[in-house]
Amino acid sequence: MILSVQHVVKTYGTYRAVNDVSLEVPAGTVFGMLGPNGAGKTSLIRMITTITAPDEGKIFLDGELLNSRSPEKVGYMPEERGLYKKMKVGEQLLYLAQLKGLTEKQAKDAIDYWLNRFEITDWWEKKVEDLSKGMQQKIQFIATILHRPRLLILDEPFTGLDPINTNLIKDEIRLLNESGISIIFSTHRMEQVEEMCNHIVLINKGKNVLYGEVQAIKKQYKQNLFVVELDGVLPDGVQIPFPVLKQEKGAYTFKLDREEDSSNLLRFFLQQPPRIVRFEEILPSFNEIFIQRVAETETTA
Amino acid sequence: MSKLSLIIKREYLTRVRKKSFIIGTLLAPVGLLVYLLVIVGLSAYQGGDEVRVAVLDEAGVAKQIPDERGVRFIPSGNKNLDQLKQEVMERKIDGVLRIPPLTSFKQTDHTVYYYSEDKLAPEKSELIERRLATKIRDFKMDSLHLDSEQLKLLDSEVSIDPESLTGEDKDDQSKYTVGVGLAIGGIMTFLLFFMVLMYGQMVMRSVMEEKTNRIVEVIMSSVRPFDLMMGKIIGAGLVGLTQAVAWVVLSGAVSFLVPMVFGLNAPPPGAMDGAAQVDPELVQDTVTRVMTELSKQNWLLITSSFIVFFLGGYFIYASMFAAVGSAMGDDSGEGQALTLPATLPLVLAFYIVSMAGWRNPDSGLMVFASIFPLFSPIAMPFRMAFNPPWYEVALSIVLVLATAVLFVWLAGRIYRVGILMYGKKVTFKEIGKWLFYKG
Repeated sequence: MILSVQHVVKTYGTYRAVNDVSLEVPAGTVFGMLGPNGAGKTSLIRMITTITAPDEGKIFLDGELLNSRSPEKVGYMPEERGLYKKMKVGEQLLYLAQLKGLTEKQAKDAIDYWLNRFEITDWWEKKVEDLSKGMQQKIQFIATILHRPRLLILDEPFTGLDPINTNLIKDEIRLLNESGISIIFSTHRMEQVEEMCNHIVLINKGKNVLYGEVQAIKKQYKQNLFVVELDGVLPDGVQIPFPVLKQEKGAYTFKLDREEDSSNLLRFFLQQPPRIVRFEEILPSFNEIFIQRVAETETTA
Repeated sequence: MSKLSLIIKREYLTRVRKKSFIIGTLLAPVGLLVYLLVIVGLSAYQGGDEVRVAVLDEAGVAKQIPDERGVRFIPSGNKNLDQLKQEVMERKIDGVLRIPPLTSFKQTDHTVYYYSEDKLAPEKSELIERRLATKIRDFKMDSLHLDSEQLKLLDSEVSIDPESLTGEDKDDQSKYTVGVGLAIGGIMTFLLFFMVLMYGQMVMRSVMEEKTNRIVEVIMSSVRPFDLMMGKIIGAGLVGLTQAVAWVVLSGAVSFLVPMVFGLNAPPPGAMDGAAQVDPELVQDTVTRVMTELSKQNWLLITSSFIVFFLGGYFIYASMFAAVGSAMGDDSGEGQALTLPATLPLVLAFYIVSMAGWRNPDSGLMVFASIFPLFSPIAMPFRMAFNPPWYEVALSIVLVLATAVLFVWLAGRIYRVGILMYGKKVTFKEIGKWLFYKG
């Protein structure tokens, strides 16, 4: 476990922003943190990044209770991000890296490496305010990873990026993950969750309402929906022995009973004359699961 | 390097390298240079074009008045007023000064008349009045058969010499002691007020900048909010000290170099009011006495108390400004009222010193102000030149340092919450609640 959050509570005045949240982030995963606006994600992240401290509960990073050295193991790119506008790119990165505990020499080497990698070595002397927003975002990303954190926390990392830079950063995130860095990825964009994350937690109203492995959750929420698409039509008089949910041209959608083996469905259609062009289980999208869980917790709350 | 010193270094360097800082630091002594040059120039200036004044002396008091400072006195000879007026119209002369006969020897108010098409400059008008007064005085002395030596004997100068009851007071005090004390106190108060206000507000702006830039959350994932706040306060304070030292050194160099370069001595301020009868010996005497008084001052005590009260005052007010800056954030217009608790006591202290302190540095109000920790950083240094009782100074120092620690701590608690608070209109009540937030 790279991160273990245990019964954490955070209250601001009378407002309980985080209400008894527990979760564990396995080392080496890309962990999605989801939730509607104001759900308590940022409050939780701020405690993990030691910006604030929990009122109750404990947070362990890499097996250690959070302490004054923890920030050096964490890289955090907040959703509301920014840089010193009047400072030069090089100086700024040097400063931020040293604050994360690198020596000046280490910091310089790391900056050289990353500026080279993004092919922007000539930016060192440029002031941040002279860069475009997308360029600033690249610098922000570099600033977050210069010190090679054990845990990288990215809050909506792709907002404001064009598709090319989004892919660039996505690839870097993947490479960082492959090199052993665990990543917490906070977003509303469900397609990104499905694309990038192995584990997720869904937070609503300060509570952990859904938590686990992506595939397992999808299985848990699947409704046994299958689609069969045929190249042609079934001969007249053929009865389908399964409940058809809907039919569009040659595509049939079925909702099978839980006990039913989906192979039986396929077997039936194999015996029919039209060629099968598609056979697929329809898994719920995270969007649907998200909306469903949020709605459920709203009504029970 | 520790994180705190990294922050201090950045805060210090970014400010010191700014053009505005360099210009401001260099320009102030240049301003002094310009000021000195203007004074030198003005004292050499004779007050515009020469004015030719015909003196029609009906009283017979002013036989010959020497020309002076752009005024040429021309005896009227045998011409009467109309003839002289004619000359004015023909522009042969600029004006006619008619001195009517003295009605009585006991008369002390005299009116003389000036006929001209142009207005007489106030400076020249005063000069003529003074010269005539002297002439009339001489005339009266002559009539009474007094000579000026006898008259001098009538004038007595009295000065109070304060002596302590125990006789321990070695320092022979005089009116110069008070004057020099006031000057030193005044300069200290002025410097402290401006430095605390200026650099306190610099801290506030710097806090607001990080908040609106949104970089603060990134920084705070690396350092504790308290370190960030302290780094700013200390960094800006060092900038202030740098500027003060630079000013002192540069001003010293300028006031030393200018007379050397121009071969002139900056005239004593008294030369400006046109008192031509300043006795050079008296000036010399005053300068010597002031110098003696200055050398008698306990400079070690004054400098060290300046530093102690600057540090105390600066930390008290800079931490208030930091807290206010953290609460304000995006919309600085809306938050203006929040700066009041920080600026009001400072201005009030300055006001008390400039109103009450000048009159009596040991008045009850001044004693209170020099002990009350929000005022004392401004008020106590003013009193330092007047040997206040040691226990008042000690109490004042203890209070100001304790308050500084308390305020830094309180500001830290407000700052850590305020700096992460966006899009909320902040009230004092709200800020009060922040003090009790945990973590």
